Amino acid sequence: MTDSNKNKYDAIIVGGGHNGLVCAAYLAKAGKKVIVLEANSQVGGGAVTSELCYGKRISYCAHFLNQLNTHVLKELNLAAHGLKFAARDLSTVSLDRDGDHLILTKNSAKGGGITKEEAVAYKNFMMLIHDYAKTLGFLMDSPPIDIFNPDWDDKLAALKLGWKLRVGLGAEKMSELLRMIGMNIRDVLNDEFENNKLKGALSFDAVLGTHTGPYSPGNFLNFLYRYAAGDSGALNIPEGGMGAVSNAIASSATASGAEVRTDARVRTINVENCAVSGVTLENGEIINSSMVISNANTKTTVFDLVGTRHFEADFVLRMTNYRMRGAAAKLHIALHALPDFKGLSKEDLANRLLIAPDQEDVERAFNHVKYGETSPSPMMEISIPSLVDKSLADNGHVLSATVQYAPYALKGGWTEEAKAAFLETCIDRIAEYAPDIREQIEHAEILTPKDLEDRFGMVGGNWHHGELTLDQMLMLRPVPEASRYALPLDGLYICGAGAHPGGGVMGAAGRNAAKAILKGEVK
Amino acid sequence: MTTEIDRDHWRSAVKFSPFYNKLKDHDMVNMWHRWAGYTVPTVLENTTFEYFAIRNTASLFDLTPMSKYRIWGPEALDYMNRLLPRDMTKLRVGRVAYTAWCDDEGMVIDDGTVFRVAEDEYLLCAQERQMEILKRNAIGFDIEFEEISDEIAALSFQGPVSCKILKNMGFKDIETMKMFDLRYFDFPGGEVMISRSGYTGDLGYELWMKNEQAEPMWDAIFDAGKDYNIRPIGGNALEIARIEAGLIAANVDFSPANETVRPGHAKSPFELGLDWIVKLDKGVVFNGRRALLKEKQQGSRFRFVRLDVEGNKTACNAYLFDKENGKNIGYVSSAVWAPSAKKNIALGFVDMPHGKVGDIIWAEIYYKKELKWNRRWAKCTVMDGPAWNPPRKTKTPPDDF
Repeated sequence: MTDSNKNKYDAIIVGGGHNGLVCAAYLAKAGKKVIVLEANSQVGGGAVTSELCYGKRISYCAHFLNQLNTHVLKELNLAAHGLKFAARDLSTVSLDRDGDHLILTKNSAKGGGITKEEAVAYKNFMMLIHDYAKTLGFLMDSPPIDIFNPDWDDKLAALKLGWKLRVGLGAEKMSELLRMIGMNIRDVLNDEFENNKLKGALSFDAVLGTHTGPYSPGNFLNFLYRYAAGDSGALNIPEGGMGAVSNAIASSATASGAEVRTDARVRTINVENCAVSGVTLENGEIINSSMVISNANTKTTVFDLVGTRHFEADFVLRMTNYRMRGAAAKLHIALHALPDFKGLSKEDLANRLLIAPDQEDVERAFNHVKYGETSPSPMMEISIPSLVDKSLADNGHVLSATVQYAPYALKGGWTEEAKAAFLETCIDRIAEYAPDIREQIEHAEILTPKDLEDRFGMVGGNWHHGELTLDQMLMLRPVPEASRYALPLDGLYICGAGAHPGGGVMGAAGRNAAKAILKGEVK
Repeated sequence: MTTEIDRDHWRSAVKFSPFYNKLKDHDMVNMWHRWAGYTVPTVLENTTFEYFAIRNTASLFDLTPMSKYRIWGPEALDYMNRLLPRDMTKLRVGRVAYTAWCDDEGMVIDDGTVFRVAEDEYLLCAQERQMEILKRNAIGFDIEFEEISDEIAALSFQGPVSCKILKNMGFKDIETMKMFDLRYFDFPGGEVMISRSGYTGDLGYELWMKNEQAEPMWDAIFDAGKDYNIRPIGGNALEIARIEAGLIAANVDFSPANETVRPGHAKSPFELGLDWIVKLDKGVVFNGRRALLKEKQQGSRFRFVRLDVEGNKTACNAYLFDKENGKNIGYVSSAVWAPSAKKNIALGFVDMPHGKVGDIIWAEIYYKKELKWNRRWAKCTVMDGPAWNPPRKTKTPPDDF
């Protein structure tokens, strides 16, 4: 047991997920002495590249980079720190059994029985969505407005929001936004479109990563969210997998003077006389600092790392009730060779592939998860990144898919048999579109929501570390008492997805947290 | 402890205390009211007689409807120390403490007494029901808790001769109990707990027993005290005594924070004159700590005042002013003619910085004379403490009669 008192840090960041690294980079840039403590042997949290089998590597959790905050990209100079894109602005291909696939870009829809009129309707709809996203998107780039004690920045942001809504959008579109914002995606899509394939694909984007189906209230907002973050939601694939993003951020942070330690699992965040005093590592080492910034899940931070007794009871109850239910599993397949998807060329396959034929199917798949069952006919978002990034597979290919729906708490538990059975279900599902896939499989595995919790600390298997619903967003995230990145314990902050603006590989929460912390010091 | 719910419980929403039949024997005027589901006497014979039993002889008040909880387990001390603003490490086994407890905003939820009955076991006695509060506080603590409101019969035995009568009953060394001591004594049917505590500002005890011991205890007290003019009392007499003793009541003087809907209508312990129970520097987190620290630095909104009101008209529901026909600065929450202090007194709240000890403020009193409303201005002096606080309240051993 060593007590490294002499190594006094301005701040300790618990967890080297991408947000922790972003926060460290900004604090280090501002001249703070910062150390990031990562439990695993590589940084990145949910943005990592791991070996799938010999000679094949894959983005182990997140697999598209569609929401990376543009300020983070520029301000941390990630390109100079090695971030390259293997593919940019990919299309979405919604698979069809008979080969009549629907291909969607930011503003065009073709195939899948889309009529000319419907293609125009899609274009107009997406323009509206992008207008909305532009109106609201700026809210992600700063700490949420403090409605109790607004300072000038808060007042300015509130004015800006009002201006953007009323003047920017105009009365008609503002009224339309207010009508739509609390709606479910099914009703929105039924207002706009006839084509079931189109509605299936768009509804999938609204429920991705959530514990909702197309009929569930409020998930239109989740759909909007995709386009409000990053570069208008453009689908990119980083070279070297998602781990490359984390490595670039870590490199930027280190270059600015931050210290990043891996294999340094924090056992407790220490409290002395009602204030944070540092952390104790799994190996007993104590590191002192009067500021601890947790990039771990907020519930883990409160309940496990600090302990509820160091917080007041109403806050503890609120945190207890903070919803974080995940319903997505992650499928990884190592392939000897590319399977044959009917009607799709190799170039087509490099895009984002969807299995979401109809929004009623999506809803039916969701029904099971409510009762602790897996979907017998699940929905999927598939990526074959080795088509654009040779570094991921020495030979053959790797396929990664987000599968919905799988419950966190499966009836009877996630036994090896249950996992194997669901893996088979998923492979069968892909085989409906690529019948020869089984012959090409070298290795296949599935991460259930429980596995996502165990491996990445995503409590409940929810990759946003807190469901993104209106009551858990902005100044309500994670709970009103902690919306400005400071938990109600002196010296303790959060910088992860559990804070505004939430998850996805954005880095916005880390940047906002650093902003809030630095501003708090100036005050 | 769980109670078998009677099959026909839905036919009536009235609970009857185990002392009900005994109280009924003394009932001459049929004045009852509802308290926490129980029917309890407002007056049994005459409020004045009953009040003077508290101050001059001995009074018996049925406390059974109070909310009672048992909290135990390895982390019971830590739990209580987080729940309550007092420093609970200072409360030894065998001692009782008056306390209030707050929400995260530092607003008072309720007040009551906490009994440390063992190293890792406490009893909590409150006016309002607290299960939900105890539950949210238990998250992350290795403790258990249960409600025992209906399982424990309780009597408040108050008055200058109360000790003597308990001594006559054979409760050995009861006279050595100091204020806020608690002890267990043998009694047929099992040990009973007696604490030297009360709500009257006078010498007195509270007796805690099993329901089946209630009637035998009642009889034993009357047997031992037949020469001492014991009198069972109703709520009205107690109300006079508690206002005279300057003690606050939930839902009379303050609105419990967890039931208060309108912003700004709850009150902090500082605003209730309970500064002395808030130990901001006790070194551990307790509910309301951050808000109370802030309040301490930035100042409170209100000040709790005990007023000596000129004239003989009680200042019930009166507004308070800085001068006659002046600016409204507060209101009266409780008021009574205090018979032993021989003063017209009131409890109330004024805006800061008004209401320092010795300050003069004015009450606009409305009163009825033969059904006609009249109005009068009364000069009030802010008192330094309660109107009634006799040495015998804390004197140990108490006087022997």
